[in-house]
Amino acid sequence: MTAYGTSRGPYRFWRLMAVGLRTHVLHLSRSGVELVMAVFSPLVYATLAVYLFRAGDHPDRLLQAAVGAGLMGVWSAVLFGAGGAIQEQRWMGTLETLVSAPTRFSLVLMPITFATSLVGLYSLVATVVWGVVVFDVPFAPASPWLLAPAMLVCVVALGMMGILMAATFVLLRNANALANALDYPVWMFSGVLVSTASLPQWTRPITWVLPTSWAARAVQAATGGGEVLRPSLVALGLGAGYVGLALIALVWVERRARSAGTLTLT
Amino acid sequence: MTTDLAIEAVDLARSYRTRTGWLKPQRKTIDAVRGVSLAVGRGELFGLLGPNGAGKTTTIKMLNTLLLPTAGSARILGYDVARQPLEVRRRIGYVFGGDRGLYERLSALDNLRYFAELYGVEPREQLPRIHQLLEQVGLTGREKERVEGYSRGMRQKLHIARGLLHRPDVLFLDEPSIGVDPAAARELRRMVADLVEGGTTVLLTTHYMAEADELCDRIAVIASGTVRAEGTPDELKDRVRKLDVLEIEVHDAIGEEHLRLLRETGGIERATVETKGTIDVVTVHARPSHASHASVLAALGDLRTGKVTTREPTLEDAYLSIVSDAATAGSEG
Repeated sequence: MTAYGTSRGPYRFWRLMAVGLRTHVLHLSRSGVELVMAVFSPLVYATLAVYLFRAGDHPDRLLQAAVGAGLMGVWSAVLFGAGGAIQEQRWMGTLETLVSAPTRFSLVLMPITFATSLVGLYSLVATVVWGVVVFDVPFAPASPWLLAPAMLVCVVALGMMGILMAATFVLLRNANALANALDYPVWMFSGVLVSTASLPQWTRPITWVLPTSWAARAVQAATGGGEVLRPSLVALGLGAGYVGLALIALVWVERRARSAGTLTLT
Repeated sequence: MTTDLAIEAVDLARSYRTRTGWLKPQRKTIDAVRGVSLAVGRGELFGLLGPNGAGKTTTIKMLNTLLLPTAGSARILGYDVARQPLEVRRRIGYVFGGDRGLYERLSALDNLRYFAELYGVEPREQLPRIHQLLEQVGLTGREKERVEGYSRGMRQKLHIARGLLHRPDVLFLDEPSIGVDPAAARELRRMVADLVEGGTTVLLTTHYMAEADELCDRIAVIASGTVRAEGTPDELKDRVRKLDVLEIEVHDAIGEEHLRLLRETGGIERATVETKGTIDVVTVHARPSHASHASVLAALGDLRTGKVTTREPTLEDAYLSIVSDAATAGSEG
């Protein structure tokens, strides 16, 4: 009697991703708070970055400043999006309906985090546009044809990292607290705005394992000059590694959430 | 996997550990469910009744794989809820009452499309199935409106449509009629009856006794995390049928003193009061030929009384009797 479908494999996977992405982007795009954040935070980031670089006597690197500020926006969108999305699902009571569906929870989470990184992509593009339009930042990337792919890689890599973040947030009833704590350190350790060369030696391993570092390196190389392909591939590889970790973690996380009863707020 | 039982729970228990304070943390264990055993046959409509905090929802959440039991075991259509959650989820639907559990900023259609995908409904079957369900629950024509504009009754209908998308063999309905107006509640009952007629097994929790009486083949009354009584609605009513039920309308406010006097009157087993509009209605359960109308009225003293009626015990009487016995046993234990 049960009409659970028999279609499996790649078709089912891509369909699930497409429908999930559409659903969550649509839902995010209809939130007043999300819209205000998405529209105004790039402007704030771009303004700060441009003034910082002007004050630091680096007018030649203004485009990189705008891109760096955009990357900060992507990371914030993914971090707060992943944590906020899980928290919001919990508030709406949909987390239980998602978990009780006969689809692996990792597959349910993927479109949610990719939806937040898509919002991040907007943030990245908007920051650069704000920089060019409002602050007359000259738009002359060193590798114009590689800039868009590098940006896309950045969003995908961060989305993949977001899946691991979201996995941990399932366990925590107050996920936003962890998101707040992770916001600034990851910007610093990834060198999205300022080079990591000025950081102590012991921070290097942290920088290497963050896909944000490599994604930022690729995007900045595309704007300011340097190798784009290698850091892009490393970012994707690391992102895939994070997805692998998330898949393993989610089996445990889901069982732990069922054991601890953290799927609801009540 | 074939089994005659749709739902089978053996000594199912669930406890929560809570911690308060940071410097000197105090840990407490709360036993929400303490050894519930149930056996529900295929195609049966089984009711789970009990007061708030009795453990009904916790029991349902263990059966539908959202919570892991801390002791005991449960199987749905032969699949273990703790070890085979995906197998169980493919065969069950879960509908709960209240406003939550839907994507408010999306339309009913978008909600159902997404859940149809998550529930693995074949792509070519999705839209026909969604439209069939929208028709069935009476939301046709409103499916493109955002859920945030829906009334409680409409949300409940959408919840039911969501829970039925993949034609589950077993449906868990956790207080589906809460906050729903009488007309919508009647429609809901008709829909549930139709589902059972079509072979779906339903586990229903509700606070509405008339609903349970009308729908359920069998009922378990749960209080303080354990099953206190189980049987058909008639079997449960038989437990209190040996008592006469008197209802007395009172036009003055009844105090605790009057109730104490009533309870101490010979032959009276139970006395409760309920305010209905401007009057209080006292319900007295008395052993036949022990408490006359006169002795009951005498206990109410100088209060202005109105109509006095004698009626057949209802499921509500049986339920209140079972729950109050459980409370008495609990306070003595």
